[in-house]
Amino acid sequence: MGILCIYIASQACQSEGSIRIAQYAINGKKLYETYCSNCHGAKGEGLGKLYPPLTDSSFLISHREQLACIVKNGLHGTMPPNPQLASVEIAYILTYVGNSFGNDLGIFTQEEIEDSLAGCK
Amino acid sequence: MKYQKKVQISWQNSDRSASGSCLLTVCLLVLVSGCGTGDNGKSLPILGERQAISKTVNGETVTDTIYHSIPDFELLNQDSVLITNRLFEEGVYIANFFFTHCPSICPTMQRNLLKVYEQYKGDDRVRFLSHSIDFRYDSPSVLKAYAEKLGVTNDQWQFVTGSKEAVYGLADSYMVYTKEDSSVPGGYDHSGYLLLVDQNRHIRGAYDGTNDEQIRLLMDELSILLKETK
Repeated sequence: MGILCIYIASQACQSEGSIRIAQYAINGKKLYETYCSNCHGAKGEGLGKLYPPLTDSSFLISHREQLACIVKNGLHGTMPPNPQLASVEIAYILTYVGNSFGNDLGIFTQEEIEDSLAGCK
Repeated sequence: MKYQKKVQISWQNSDRSASGSCLLTVCLLVLVSGCGTGDNGKSLPILGERQAISKTVNGETVTDTIYHSIPDFELLNQDSVLITNRLFEEGVYIANFFFTHCPSICPTMQRNLLKVYEQYKGDDRVRFLSHSIDFRYDSPSVLKAYAEKLGVTNDQWQFVTGSKEAVYGLADSYMVYTKEDSSVPGGYDHSGYLLLVDQNRHIRGAYDGTNDEQIRLLMDELSILLKETK
C-alpha cells in the first residue's frame, strides 16, 4: 500500500514536470520559428555546414551553461545575437530545442538562464 | 472534372498572399485549360515590359514585340574568375540576390534553391546565379567559403560580386528590390525572389524563394521550360 502511494505520488510529480516542459516548449516553438528556424531549420537540421544542426544532444548537454549566452549574444563572426530576447523567452526556446529533434534535456528555467547569462564571456 | 478543379482553385486562393495566389490561379487556370486541349499546352509567359516595334518588310508593315531581357553582365565569381552572360547561354538559369551575412530571408531562400540545385546537379541545361548585394564584405573568397559550406560541389551554381552599380542595376533588370538599409538586420534590404531565365535572356517566372508552394511551382515550370529549350 505504501509502495502504491509512493508510486502514484511519483507519477503525479512526473506528469506535473512534463506538463511544465510542454508549456515551455510550446512557447519556445513559436519563438524558435520566428528567430531560429530560418537558419537552423524547421526540424533543427541546420543547413549544410553553414548553420549547424541542433540535433547533437551530447554537444547541448556538455555546453548547457553556455547555451543561453550563445542564443543571446551570438557567436562572433558566425551567429548573430538576439539581444531582444528576454531570459524567460530564452528559457522557452532552449526548452523547446532541448526537448525536440531527438534531444531530451528537461526544463530550462528562467533562473537557470539568468545564471548562465551572468557568466557569459 | 473541370468544375471540380475550379472549386479547388477558389479554396486554395483564400489562404495565400495576393501575388502568390494570383500567379497560382493564373497557372492553375492555364493548366486546366491546357488539360482540356489534351497534350501539355502550357507555355510560360515572358515577364517584364514589352515594346511593339513596327517595321516594313517587303512593303508590308510588320509589328514585332521586343521583350524585356537581361542585359550583358560581367561579374567576379567565387573562384575570382570574371564571368559573363555567355556562361548561361547554353540553357536556362535561376537568378537571385542575397548576401552571406543575411540573417532573415536568405537562409530560407538558399535552402530552397539548394533543393532545386540538388535535383538538377550534373544537368548542364540548368544553372544557378546568386548575386551578392553586399559589395563591401562578400569578396570571392567569402563567397567560395559560403558556397562550399552550403553544399555546392560544382560550378553549376555561380556566386558573384560586383560594384554596387553593376549588381543593383542588374537587380532592377531582374525586377528584384535591393537597397542598402542600416535599419534592417544585416544592413541590406532585398526581396527573396527567384527568377527563371530562358536561353534568350527573357524572364519566364518569378517565385518567392521563401515559400514552399512557389518552390514547387518553380520546379514544375522549370521542367516545362526545359522542354522548350534546345
